[in-house]
Amino acid sequence: MSARDSILARLRATSIAETLPLPDVKTWFDAHRRNEDTDQRVTRLRAALQAVKTEVHDVSATDWIEALLRIAASKGLRNLLIGTGTAHGAALQARQPEHLKLLPYADAIDSWRDVLFDDIDASLTLARSAIAEIGSLILWPNASEPRLMSLVPSVHFVLLDVATIHSDFHSAITTEGWKDGLPTNALLICGPSKTADIQQTLAYGAHGPRELVVLLRHAEGAAA
Amino acid sequence: MSQVIKIHPMEDFKERSRGVLNDPGQRKNFRGAMDFLMAKRRAQFPDPEELQGLRDLGSAIRRYSLAHLPRLLEQLEAKLTANGVRVHWAQTPDEANAIALGIAQRVKAKRIIKGKSMVSEEVGFNHAMEAAGIEAFESDMGEYIVQLAGETPSHIIMPAIHKTKQEIAKLFADEIAGVAYTEDVDALIRIGRKVLRHKFADADIGLSGVNFCVAETGTLCLVENEGNGRMCTTVPRVHIAITGIEKVVEKLEHVPPLYSLLSRSATGQAVTTYFNLISGPRQPGEKDGPEEVHLILLDNGRTQAYADEELRETLKCIRCGACMNHCPVYARIGGHAYGTTYPGPIGAIISPHMLGLDATYPLAFASTLCGACVEVCPVKIPITDILVRLRNEAQARPDSMEATLRGSGAARTTAGTAVWSVWAQVYSRLGLYKLASWFMSRGRALSPTEQGAWTRSRTPLIPAPKRLRDLLKDRKP
Repeated sequence: MSARDSILARLRATSIAETLPLPDVKTWFDAHRRNEDTDQRVTRLRAALQAVKTEVHDVSATDWIEALLRIAASKGLRNLLIGTGTAHGAALQARQPEHLKLLPYADAIDSWRDVLFDDIDASLTLARSAIAEIGSLILWPNASEPRLMSLVPSVHFVLLDVATIHSDFHSAITTEGWKDGLPTNALLICGPSKTADIQQTLAYGAHGPRELVVLLRHAEGAAA
Repeated sequence: MSQVIKIHPMEDFKERSRGVLNDPGQRKNFRGAMDFLMAKRRAQFPDPEELQGLRDLGSAIRRYSLAHLPRLLEQLEAKLTANGVRVHWAQTPDEANAIALGIAQRVKAKRIIKGKSMVSEEVGFNHAMEAAGIEAFESDMGEYIVQLAGETPSHIIMPAIHKTKQEIAKLFADEIAGVAYTEDVDALIRIGRKVLRHKFADADIGLSGVNFCVAETGTLCLVENEGNGRMCTTVPRVHIAITGIEKVVEKLEHVPPLYSLLSRSATGQAVTTYFNLISGPRQPGEKDGPEEVHLILLDNGRTQAYADEELRETLKCIRCGACMNHCPVYARIGGHAYGTTYPGPIGAIISPHMLGLDATYPLAFASTLCGACVEVCPVKIPITDILVRLRNEAQARPDSMEATLRGSGAARTTAGTAVWSVWAQVYSRLGLYKLASWFMSRGRALSPTEQGAWTRSRTPLIPAPKRLRDLLKDRKP
């Protein structure tokens, strides 16, 4: 008998008399959900992100590129990794910034791993959405914006449209129908990489980005 | 170096405990760390009602998942396989290591970079790989520190909690080429980051644990702060995940409450920096991610716990470590004294299934039964009830109905059995009890002044000059 069959046989040999109902997660979240509008969600998300050393900047659909370039200059960044075939990547490239070299993530990582680890200062990705309650950004890496963009460069810029902010994790999963189509790797991120493994002292930049910069993109005409 | 699985007789446990108790530095480290973690957790649950509701929900999810475990494991396997993940089953640590080694040899791996995984500690993964000539390198900063020191983790969430920054500074200066002594924590982290970044890029295989497996979607969830887990599961071309069979839940929506309980109970964070959901290897067109993803599902005694309704509760554990942080025994002796992969209250109740009760029964007695662990357990495991059960099992007659576990009856001795048999006879017969208590009170002068461990720090136990019944008789008008 295979290990699989032996394990399953042992589990099945135990007859469990109790018939438990499927836990009602939805009711619990519905009862604890805050009745907040978008502005209130933005406030909550901003506070949660800033509490874990994330920079949050309010931008609009028209000025986000200038804001990004200004922040990049203030940090002395030489280059920025961008996705391929994305609208925001194309908009940034069209701007042709003078002092920030844009590097598209065009090839499979196997051919340029060392460059990514040693020579890339920063990256920009678009968040799919966010969760106000736990101050997390939801990233959905794909062929255009691969997984390592949000992990290896020391500074990670995230563009987030405020209209996509959910109230809580359960709401994000159900509203977006995650169970019917997860990518190979989905992510929640709430700040720069950190650790408290040395005498409970918090230190940032353990392995991933040392800085997380969120550009909160408000719809044109909305109050930032 | 990871822990080698071995038998730890009672004398070893006592010796190790005594060693820590006689080390003021170690005691201070643990006391400080536990106070810090307890305060952080308390701050995360300001609303007692919300906490109780969430604990009820978390417990219900875990109980439901275990009640349907065989079906959910099959569903998980089918879904993962459809997603392109290869699923393996292992009954023992040796089988788990053989599976990992088979994968490593097939892809001609020389280096494995590891994320945090207590199950890999449980199976002695590093030793098994090293024996086959494959380097297994820890990348969690705490795990990296203890590996560099040639030690094992002393806590399941904060592996190097027993070390001061001065000790780590010296360790780095001694063991890492070109590193000068510094007590600056940021500088120490930068040193670790620099060393490990090269390891991620050079590794052939990344190994990780799993916090939750979702049957509905075929997803492996990883909770972490450092990003090393993401590195291990993304950079190398092969990712191997290893987990106990009990970690599966049915639906994706079951994860948020458990995640909330885990991060808040473990480190007092509302949420961790990263929550990583892996549902498959790199797909055509994708530019990164591992080409192969494997999941090893490990039994290692879990089916023994599963077979018993009371002991099955042990498998609800989500490995937050809150029971350790609040345990007065763990806070004084630390994780290494237990001598098992999982220390503290949860270790005392899970280890007998992995290593046998004969090897681990002293741990069930290393408890005040104060119930602090039960009070903070996010999924409401009745740890003290199970500890009492294990104490009874340890002293059960090996061939009796009460002996249900591997190693039951290991604590049973002829002298002890005789003493308790006499005690039972005396206390169940009124005449005998009266006679015995009369002799005890009249013969109190003969009480020994040396009464073993009791008189090491207490005055001797001496029967009262008058029995309760005599005192009551005296009060009658």
